[in-house]
Amino acid sequence: MENPYLPYPVRIDDIIVESEDRSLKTFKFVFLNPEDEKKFAYSAGQFAELSIAGKGEIPIGIASSPVEKGFIKFTVNKAGLVTSHLHNMTVGDIMGVRGPLGNSYPWKQLEGKNVLIVGGGFAFTTLRSSIIYMLDPANRSKFGDITVVYGARSPGMLLYKDELVEWEKRDDINMHITVDGTDDPDWKYNVGFVPPITEQKAPQGDADSYAIVCGPPIMIKFTQPVLEKLGYDHDHIILSLENRMKCGIGMCGRCGIGRELVCKDGPVFTLNQINQTPREY
Amino acid sequence: MKVIKIDKAQWTKGLDALREGYRLYGPVKEKEIACFRELADGQTPDSEIKNTRLSPKSLVFPQSEAMMAYSLDKNDDEQGICKEVPKDYSPRAVLGIRPCDAKAMVLVRMNFDNGDYRDPYWLNLYEATTFVGMACDNPCSTCFCTTAGCGPYHEEGLDLLLSDQGDHYLAKVLSDKGQALAQKAGWTTEADGQPMESGKATAEGKITAAVETDRLRALDTLALHGADFWEDISFSCINCGTCTFVCPTCWCFDIQDEVYGKKGVRMRNWDSCMFPIFTVHTTGHNPRDTKLQRLRQRFMHKLKYFVDKYDKGIMCVGCGRCVQQCPVNIDIRKVSHAMNSLDAENFCAVQGK
Repeated sequence: MENPYLPYPVRIDDIIVESEDRSLKTFKFVFLNPEDEKKFAYSAGQFAELSIAGKGEIPIGIASSPVEKGFIKFTVNKAGLVTSHLHNMTVGDIMGVRGPLGNSYPWKQLEGKNVLIVGGGFAFTTLRSSIIYMLDPANRSKFGDITVVYGARSPGMLLYKDELVEWEKRDDINMHITVDGTDDPDWKYNVGFVPPITEQKAPQGDADSYAIVCGPPIMIKFTQPVLEKLGYDHDHIILSLENRMKCGIGMCGRCGIGRELVCKDGPVFTLNQINQTPREY
Repeated sequence: MKVIKIDKAQWTKGLDALREGYRLYGPVKEKEIACFRELADGQTPDSEIKNTRLSPKSLVFPQSEAMMAYSLDKNDDEQGICKEVPKDYSPRAVLGIRPCDAKAMVLVRMNFDNGDYRDPYWLNLYEATTFVGMACDNPCSTCFCTTAGCGPYHEEGLDLLLSDQGDHYLAKVLSDKGQALAQKAGWTTEADGQPMESGKATAEGKITAAVETDRLRALDTLALHGADFWEDISFSCINCGTCTFVCPTCWCFDIQDEVYGKKGVRMRNWDSCMFPIFTVHTTGHNPRDTKLQRLRQRFMHKLKYFVDKYDKGIMCVGCGRCVQQCPVNIDIRKVSHAMNSLDAENFCAVQGK
């Protein structure tokens, strides 16, 4: 019997400091056993448990994209026991990854549709995975218009800055980068919170459009009425939830929101689905 | 189905024969407290015991269990890599488990074999075990199994069902595993099963307490969740977690790393939805911050979420342990009544919130 609790051993291949306050780092992992990489076949929107022997595990969204081969990437905020330890680890260290876990964004359903991506803060990780996936030459033609609204507190807190700049230059993706505030006179993008920028920049919703929203609860709360106003139905608004998790495979019981388990039935739900749960997240 | 007669004079001899092929477990008294333990040589299960204080769930789901082990020694090539730990999954038999506790494992199995993943720790122990049940001819006053999808002679989850007939037991063979065990014990005398049928009817008649469940599936989840009776029910709750620990159908667990010097193990331990840290996020945000929310989660899970998810009835077998042992007398039978009789008129008002 396959043991779903047993992590795949990985080596830290690279560490990138993403944010000016150094609270966010991206870890690139390479599998010690090449066959494990095949078993770790994932879709954008899934997560994995990062496992550090002696410390424990943390559920983190997969930031690399299924079209990127040979490695997996996770952007981790330094917050608790495991993440603090991880932030002190160095290239070459061995740890574990268990997954991929959970569902993904509904890629089959999104084919042929316009996709609006709304992200805030460090919840941009699985959205990055999604954008890379959709922009891949093999996939771009499968989707309609792609629009991205992504905001952070300040320019220095934006993730994946090099990629953002590249996407800005392309004509097959509409980028709307924003920051809550900045004193940088050379800042050439938007200033303002994500919800009002979404209201100004995002396209109208219709039967052929979906919105994927990831961010802090306060951003989600104020983005919802904006999307409603733009004409996005509740079953066309897609959210990724977080809850405390341990097993990640639907067994340990703590991440339930009613009958749904965030780890196994989610983390991706439509707003319509979430409306039918007690919203205990 | 085949019924076997086991003279009580043959009982101990049969157990001795079983010891050659099985590790035996059964209800015994340890310092006055009834519990399930591995039976030492010559020890027999205590047939006087009705409900053990803790359910026998730990037989397949130990309260603490090492899942994997690892080295933290920098000189070790495999430092930081989790490895499976050796386990003993040799055949074992539980003698004298009550039908409710055996049925509970059938319910819990749906969690540990969930279609997408199989939990090897739980399933391996479960598969290695032969369950020999003892029918309940003298149920406790707190038993309400007959309304909880179970009963004093319920057969689900059992390989053999014994019924005490004074100078002998009758044993109904319910599976190949049960047949193999009976064979091994040398219990082969076939008998008329009629006394078990009448015993069943008599025993069921003695159970008068009840849970009310008939409307639960049809009731709106959010209406139940928002009902105002949770305030009353949870008022006295001290979040001690006793109900979850004694319950045969509660399975929630925690995973923790424990380190000794340069070696460590990843453990799993029973956990409880009654505890605030069960759900608290690293940020300090807690989706179930109050005792009302936690108590509601437990009863909603057992009587509504589980019912909706599997359509196999409630996540309760009516053993009554939580009723007996709750220090503030919270009673699932009363809670089921409150939930089951939620006024249909309340629906809209609550949903609108």
